[in-house]
Amino acid sequence: MKKLSKSDHLKIFSYMLKIRRFEERSAQLYGMGHIGGFCHLYIGQEAVVVGVLMTIHKNDSVVTTYRDHGHMIARGLDPKKIMAELTGRADGYSAGKGGSMHMFSKENNFYGGHGIVGAQVPIGTGIAFTHKYNGDKNICRTYIGDGAMNNGQVFEAFNLAALWELPVLYIIENNKYGMGTSVDRAAAGSDLYKRGEAFGIKGEIVDGMNVYSVIKAADKAGEYVRSGKGPYILEVQTYRYRGHSMSDPAKYRTKDELEEYKNSDPIEIVRLEILKKKLATDSELEKISKEIIEEVKAAADFALESKFPSSEELYTDVYI
Amino acid sequence: MSIEILMPALSPTMTEGNLTKWLVQEGQVVKAGDVIAEIETDKATMEVEAVDEGTVEKLLYKEGDNNIPVNKPIALITGEQVNQSDTAKSKKITTPKEKQETTESTITVKNNEQEEVINSKDQITMRQAIRDTIAEEMRNDKKVFILGEEVAEYQGAYKVTQGLLEEFGKKRVIDTPISEQGFAGLAVGAAFKGLIPIVEFMTFNFSMQAIDQIINSAAKTLYMSGGQINCPIVFRGPNGAAAQVAAQHSQDFSSWYSHVPGLKVVAPSTPLNAKGLLREAIRDPNPVIFLENEILYGLKGEVSTDKNFTVPFGKANVAREGKDATIVTYSIMLHKSMEAAKILKNEFDLDIEVIDLQSLRPIDAETILNSVKKTNRLVTVEESWPFASVGSEIVNIVQQNAFDYLDSPIIKVNSADVPMPYSSELEKLYLPQVDDIVKAVKEVNYI
Repeated sequence: MKKLSKSDHLKIFSYMLKIRRFEERSAQLYGMGHIGGFCHLYIGQEAVVVGVLMTIHKNDSVVTTYRDHGHMIARGLDPKKIMAELTGRADGYSAGKGGSMHMFSKENNFYGGHGIVGAQVPIGTGIAFTHKYNGDKNICRTYIGDGAMNNGQVFEAFNLAALWELPVLYIIENNKYGMGTSVDRAAAGSDLYKRGEAFGIKGEIVDGMNVYSVIKAADKAGEYVRSGKGPYILEVQTYRYRGHSMSDPAKYRTKDELEEYKNSDPIEIVRLEILKKKLATDSELEKISKEIIEEVKAAADFALESKFPSSEELYTDVYI
Repeated sequence: MSIEILMPALSPTMTEGNLTKWLVQEGQVVKAGDVIAEIETDKATMEVEAVDEGTVEKLLYKEGDNNIPVNKPIALITGEQVNQSDTAKSKKITTPKEKQETTESTITVKNNEQEEVINSKDQITMRQAIRDTIAEEMRNDKKVFILGEEVAEYQGAYKVTQGLLEEFGKKRVIDTPISEQGFAGLAVGAAFKGLIPIVEFMTFNFSMQAIDQIINSAAKTLYMSGGQINCPIVFRGPNGAAAQVAAQHSQDFSSWYSHVPGLKVVAPSTPLNAKGLLREAIRDPNPVIFLENEILYGLKGEVSTDKNFTVPFGKANVAREGKDATIVTYSIMLHKSMEAAKILKNEFDLDIEVIDLQSLRPIDAETILNSVKKTNRLVTVEESWPFASVGSEIVNIVQQNAFDYLDSPIIKVNSADVPMPYSSELEKLYLPQVDDIVKAVKEVNYI
C-alpha cells in the first residue's frame, strides 16, 4: 500500500467532517419538518466509509444499506443532490422518489441505498458476478449492518460468492446495535466475520474508529478480492452516536457508553494525526472546517429552494 | 399365469414414455429389484425395476420404441413363485395413473398478423419452444444468461434447458444451490449492472422464498432511483397445479405478481405464444414474470421460425370468435375453455368468444371490453384462488367501462378457495373443470 500523502490526509479529514456536518444539518432539517419518513444518520461511523473509499478504483461498484448519506458523500457525490433527495425534491439523486433510504447514482457505480435489511447483500454479490462475467478487474464493495448478519439471505449470498469466487468485498459495519437490540442479544456465537468461515471466506476485525486502520485493512482486502481469490469479509467495529433513526431516543444504552466512544472520536483522531505530522496547522484545519460548514449550508439552501417533483412524475419511471 | 409389466408413470405429469433400453431378455429370470429397462420420460431417463419375480416371457416393445402410453403393457413375466396366492390371471404391477390429457394445440394466434409469420408446419412442444427461444436469445446477446436449480448438468428439472449447457457453457448456464432468495437477489444485482438474467424457478411455488427480491428490489428500483437503474430480468418456471403435488407445490401466482407495479406478467398457452412472449420478455428492459404451466410442457403446436417473432405485451388473442358470451382466460384454462365452448356450441348452439389474455400485466382491457360490448355476457376462467384474482380485476374493468352493456352478472370460475388437496378426486373438484365453465356460461345466458 502506498504511503498516504498530505493531500490524502486532508481529503480524509474533509470527507469525514463533511459527512458529520451534513448529518447534523439533516437532523436539523428533519426537526424542521423538511425531511420526512425514516432518516438514519451516520455520525460516529465516518471513519468506516471514508477509510474504505480511500482504496476504491474508479469503476468499482458499491452497494449499501439505508444508512447511506455518508456513503454517498464519501463516494464524491454532490451533497446538494443528496440533500435535495432527503427533502423530497426533483433535483435529488432519485428525483424525490427514493428518499433517505433509496438513493442511487448509476454513473458513479453507486447501487443504493436499500431499505430492506439484508437485501443488498445478494444484490451486491450479483454486481460482483457481473464484474467477473464481463472480465473487468473491478470489485463490488457490499456493506452489511450487524443486524443483517442474522438474515438468511446474507448466508445464501456468502455461499454463492464463495462457490463462484466472486469479486465482492463484504464490509460489516458493526455499530453494536441492530435498531435497539445489541449484537450480543441478537447474534449467537462470537465475531460476526467468522460466519464467513463456514463458506471458506476469510475475514478480520478492524478498528472502525481509526480511519488509518480501516484504510490498511480495506486496501489489503480489496486487492485480495481483485486478484480473483473470491470474497473477503471485513468486520469493522464502529459506533453510531445517534439513535437508529431520528425517532429513536436510544434508551437501550448508557450515556457513559456513548461518552466513551466520543472520547475516541474518529475525526479527532485524524485531526491530531495531521497536527502531529505537521501536515497542516490548526488554523488551516479550522479554515477547511468553515468551508465545509458553508458547503453543507449551501446544500441545504439548494435543497430547500429546489422544486418538488411535478405531479406527472407520480407515474413516470415505473417502466422504461 | 402372466404378470403384465406396464409403462410406469415416472413423473406427476408423464403421459407417455420412450423405451430406450432393455436390460433383460426373453427367457431371463428376474428378481424383485432387478433393473429391467430404461425409460425416457418427459423429464429424464429412468431405470425401471422389477417388482415381481419370474421369467421374462415376452418383451412387447423393442428398444427405441417411442411414445408408449403410461399403463400400456411393455412386457410379460411368468410367475414362478409357488407360494403366490394371487389367483388372478394377470396382475398389474404399476399403480394406475390417471390419464393426463396432452391435447394438441389447435389454437392459432390471430391478432397482430401473427399467422402470416408462421412458416414452420412442424409441430414442437411448449417445452421445446421455450428452450429454443432461450437458446436463440442467448446466441443473439451475450449479456443473456440463465441460472437456477438443475438448469445445467441435470438439463432442467422439466428438461426445458436441455442442451443449453453444452452449447453455451457453464459461464452462461449456471446451476445454483437451493437458495432462491440468494440467487434471485444475485440475478437482480446482475441486471442492475447491465446483464440480462433468466432466472428459472423450478416451480413458482419456490419464488415465494425470493419474493422480496422480486418485488422490493427488481420491481421498485427503477422508480426509487428516479429512472436511473432498470432491471432487465426474466423470472420463469412452471406455475400453478401439476398433478397431485398438493398444497405447497400447486399454487397459482398470476394475481400475486400482477398486483405489482414495475413488474410485467405473462402466461403463455401455446408453443406459438410461448415463443413470442418469451422473446419479448427477454428483450424487455423491465422485470418480467413468465408463468409457464407444467401440464402444458408437452403440448404440441406450430411455431414461428422467425428469429424476431414476438407477441407484444398487453395484447390478448381472440382464440375463438362468438356472439353469445365472452370467456376471458389464460394459460392452461384456455384449453378447458375452448373445450367448453365446443360443448356449448354442440349442445346449446351458443357461439362463445374465447379471449386468451396472454399478458396479465399490462392487460388488454380494450379487447375484453370490445368483446363484452358484442356478447353482453362475461365469464372469467382461471386457475387461481377466487379472492382478488385476475378475474376480479377484469370484473372491475368491465363494470366500470361497459356496465350498460351487461345483460347478466359476470361469473368468475376459479379454483376452490382452499389449499390444494392431494387426493386426485379432491384435486379434480378443486380445479376449474370444463363442466364448471359450461355451467357458468349457461348461467350468464340464463339457460
